Amino acid sequence: MGDRVMGDGVIGDEGGGAVRAPLLSVRDLKTYFFQDDGMVKAVDGASFDVFAGKTLGIVGESGCGKSVTARSIMRIVDRPGRIVGGRILLRSAKGTGSNEIDLAQLNADGAQMRAINGGEIGLIFQEPMTSFSPVHTVGNQIVEAIRLHRAMGKQAARDRAIELLRLVGVPRPEGRVDEYAHQLSGGLRQRAMIAMALAADPKLLIADEPTTALDVTTQSQILNLLVDLQERNGMAIVLITHDLGVIAEMADDVVVMYLGRVVEEGPVDDIFHAPKHPYTRALLRSIPSVDSPPRRKLPTISGSIPHPYNRPPGCPFHTRCPDVMPGLCNVVEPPLVPVALGQMAACFLYPEVRAATAAPEPAAGGGRTPAPLLPTAVGRR
Amino acid sequence: MGQGNGRRGNGSTAPAGDDLLLEVSGLKKFYPIRRGFLRKVVGHVRAVDDVSFDIRRGETLALVGESGCGKTTTSRCILRAISPTAGKILFKTDGGRVVDVATLPRERLRALRPQMQMIFQDPYSSLNPRMTILNIVGEPLLVNGVKNRQERIDRVEELLRLVGLRPEFMRRYPHAFSGGQRQRIGIARALALNPSLVVADEPVSALDVSVQAQILNLLLDLQERLGLTYLFVAHDLSVVKHLSDRVAVMYVGKIVELAERDQLFAAPKHPYTAALLSAVPKPDPRARSRRQPLRGEVANPAAPPSGCYFHPRCPYAIDICATDAPAFEEIVPGQWAACHRARELRLPGIALASSA
Amino acid sequence: MADTVPIYDPTKATVTPSPAALAPEATSGPTAPAVSAPGPLAQFPAPGEPLLTSDAEERVAVATQAQLMWRRFRKHRLAMIGAGAVIAFYLVVALADFLSYADPEASDAQRGLIAPQRVQFFLDGRFSPHVYAMVGERDPATFKRVYTEDPTQIIPLTFFAPGFDYKLFGVIPADMHLIGVEGVNPEETLFLMGTDLEGRDMWSRVMYATRTSLTIGLVAVVVSLVLGVILGGISGFYGGFADTVIQRTIEILRSVPTIPLWMGLAAAMPKTWTVTQVYFAITIIISLIGWTELARVVRGRFLSLREEDFVTAADLVGARQSRIIFVHMVPLFLSHIIAATTLALPAMIISETALSFLGLGLRPPAISWGVLLQQAQNVQTVALSPWLLLPALPVILVILAFNFLGDGLRDAADPYA
Repeated sequence: MGDRVMGDGVIGDEGGGAVRAPLLSVRDLKTYFFQDDGMVKAVDGASFDVFAGKTLGIVGESGCGKSVTARSIMRIVDRPGRIVGGRILLRSAKGTGSNEIDLAQLNADGAQMRAINGGEIGLIFQEPMTSFSPVHTVGNQIVEAIRLHRAMGKQAARDRAIELLRLVGVPRPEGRVDEYAHQLSGGLRQRAMIAMALAADPKLLIADEPTTALDVTTQSQILNLLVDLQERNGMAIVLITHDLGVIAEMADDVVVMYLGRVVEEGPVDDIFHAPKHPYTRALLRSIPSVDSPPRRKLPTISGSIPHPYNRPPGCPFHTRCPDVMPGLCNVVEPPLVPVALGQMAACFLYPEVRAATAAPEPAAGGGRTPAPLLPTAVGRR
Repeated sequence: MGQGNGRRGNGSTAPAGDDLLLEVSGLKKFYPIRRGFLRKVVGHVRAVDDVSFDIRRGETLALVGESGCGKTTTSRCILRAISPTAGKILFKTDGGRVVDVATLPRERLRALRPQMQMIFQDPYSSLNPRMTILNIVGEPLLVNGVKNRQERIDRVEELLRLVGLRPEFMRRYPHAFSGGQRQRIGIARALALNPSLVVADEPVSALDVSVQAQILNLLLDLQERLGLTYLFVAHDLSVVKHLSDRVAVMYVGKIVELAERDQLFAAPKHPYTAALLSAVPKPDPRARSRRQPLRGEVANPAAPPSGCYFHPRCPYAIDICATDAPAFEEIVPGQWAACHRARELRLPGIALASSA
Repeated sequence: MADTVPIYDPTKATVTPSPAALAPEATSGPTAPAVSAPGPLAQFPAPGEPLLTSDAEERVAVATQAQLMWRRFRKHRLAMIGAGAVIAFYLVVALADFLSYADPEASDAQRGLIAPQRVQFFLDGRFSPHVYAMVGERDPATFKRVYTEDPTQIIPLTFFAPGFDYKLFGVIPADMHLIGVEGVNPEETLFLMGTDLEGRDMWSRVMYATRTSLTIGLVAVVVSLVLGVILGGISGFYGGFADTVIQRTIEILRSVPTIPLWMGLAAAMPKTWTVTQVYFAITIIISLIGWTELARVVRGRFLSLREEDFVTAADLVGARQSRIIFVHMVPLFLSHIIAATTLALPAMIISETALSFLGLGLRPPAISWGVLLQQAQNVQTVALSPWLLLPALPVILVILAFNFLGDGLRDAADPYA
């Protein structure tokens, strides 16, 4: 048991052996907010991989750090937030693993980051109204986004903007291109924003709660659109949402976050049908579903999410966990390690996690070893 | 407006002989659209357009629909938080008399207030940040004549316990509580006066997923213990299915379908209901299917389409749908729908959707 | 190796390792503050109960909005400095007679345009504040009187000295002043800020001017406040026709250029009016414009609060309209009103100063900052007697102080920021 090797935590390696290099690898990302009345560890050690043509779902409740994770990748974290550690490796399409850029090392306002944002990475926000300037037409803003990243004449860019609007299912794009954001309905606005995000053919699309502000019928239109677009151009999608239904519908791999920590990650089917972390399990049990029997008491998670200022020591979920082990869970922070094929969890219920905590193994397979979390005396005795 | 033509003689959507607590008929709320310097009325937003339904004592009726469908306006008209343009809202008081809330004069309305209360959607906006929990929950008591402070403290203590909060916290301000706890405080305030009807306007949609279940359980539990009647306004069908006895689906100011919960979910009679049911993402990746989402968007209530408001988006629309508004009729016993083709269509419900 | 790993079986959660062995090296990194490290058997709260552990949190939980505001305000350093300065200025208002040492009206052309004296604090190494006497001589070439300090004549300063008679707070007869000179008449010997053309002591006149200028601002702001709150309240709470009328009135008032309006109104004031009558007339002229801004603030708050669910909730439990307004709504924007008022005051003070400076507001014998500055209108006097510009200093200071204070109050007041 003690000889389990900690790899770099690659999940979702498709079918035996042939491991494709992920498009984006986030390793041990830490983004903290330094505020007057204390420090908030908004993201505290998130690691995951995003593969071309696949959708990674990041799911969690308020304060779990899912949006800050997305903003960290784009390097648009607002002050007083700052990336204090970790790597964000973006691989260029030119070769496998040969051309890596660590976004965390780039100047957030530099030319290179600006070229990547909107170029290789597209972004969709929750509220499309605030993402469009009210004084420019939607078309002009898309044209500008195109010309920022592509050497293109005005007329050509305008033609492409119309084409993009048609692609995302905006009816009558030749007319809509000259309208202002406030003239469009919520669903159309969201489509226009997707068109803008696609302006430079990004390899990666980050969608932060793209359908939360929309009605269910519009939501299903937008989700369908994202699936269609992905099939068409093979881009990777990072989908951030609090809605487990949307995750089940869209994601290939899932990252579950709680209070800034990744508590579980794995393929979508395992997350929903064989969840490992007590939080994931409890969350799935507690949501009412149209398929579940009505008017029955739902199993609940006790208490409420602690304020990020007061993140409990040890496992952040221990205050609400039904399987809490006093003396362990409230003292030591469990690392995220593989507990089943392709599935990782950060919970001391699993021997792999306890082993990773207790035994400081030397690096055996070239992978990184988590720092020893316990005094070595415990290991010896 | 055609609606109401096919209604039974007693004007009720519930089986005859039931103990009706509330009977709404022909409810309308129009907002004038004003333009120009002289603020001339150039049209109306038909927020609620001829809505009729009733609620039996002790049941939960859910009002479901997308944003702008008029469900919230309907619920606020029933409480007379806003005054309806037309229609009757008959409420059976604790004394057994029936009053029309829609036209009740102000002073008599004040006397009726304790019997119908509301739980709000936003747990932040619904509690006054400058008042302690004691004063917030005690306000209904104070306003309605409980002048003795100790008496109020005792009752607030009892109420906080009822909703699962520690009474020691009653001297704190709302900012010290989480969203779920604030929602419990809001519920305690609504229950302070022993209402018979509680209007819950999206009570869990602003809460975190892990807290929603706690509040849903609390609402079910309170209904059982206190015999409450709920008018439950929501957009989330899974929550509605979990909590309600009967469901009314609204679209652009009108009720398009009203039925017992199981009937409506298993065999919807209105294409819009069926579309809503299939649009809900199910939390199971194995139930994933390539759905046919509804085309277009919700119609503008200021300029609704001709005929059936749903016809531009309806996959089953025929010629008559564009010209004639369908009547709201009882299609099968206990199931009412406003659709020209309600009797012939076999629409997929949840059972079909999940087995597919 | 495996046997050295402590095993925790989830089914036997009672296995508790010694807390010492598990001393959290893991938490050696930066830890979140305000979390008291709980023992291994920390209490787990029951469902639906707040996770409040530390004293600090407990204090926040029961703090009133006023206390929270004060906490936020205290962090705003400039605002604290501003608050201190404003308090100091209003102390001057209350104690102007005590702080001055010469009758501000006592004039003597013989003592005209004396430059400020320097105060010497030490005499023979001992602390003994004194000034040198000013000796006037007529310049034989220009026939101007020129004053120079005579270091041989030492005039010691005393504190709490008797001087001219006045009534403290307008009622208590007194003759004590903060500073004075022993044995001689201060009017004839002490010129801390020099004298004006007519030989009146500038220091004492600035003290009195502060009283006039700051009270006129305060009175004007109170008048605007009353008008603004009532009209803004009606406008915001009832809306409809009243709202339209009030809003149009505000727009018309604000579209009139202020200076010509004031000039017209000031010109309409009869010359026969007393200083007091003019004073009140000026106040009303200034607040005529001032209330519009406050009315907008109040109306805006009413409009936004009217939509808040807790106001609906109060209505639904049967609270009367007056109770809804005064118990549920007003306390929420009281702090905004205070902040807006604080920010409106400097404008009022500037208005008075500007009007008087232009000769449209207060006129001598009234003393205000504007009146004092009127003497500095002439370039020649400014070049020869720059101390006449000194009254501009308190104007600048008080405006800055009010603005800092108002900014701090506004930032601290908004519970939704």
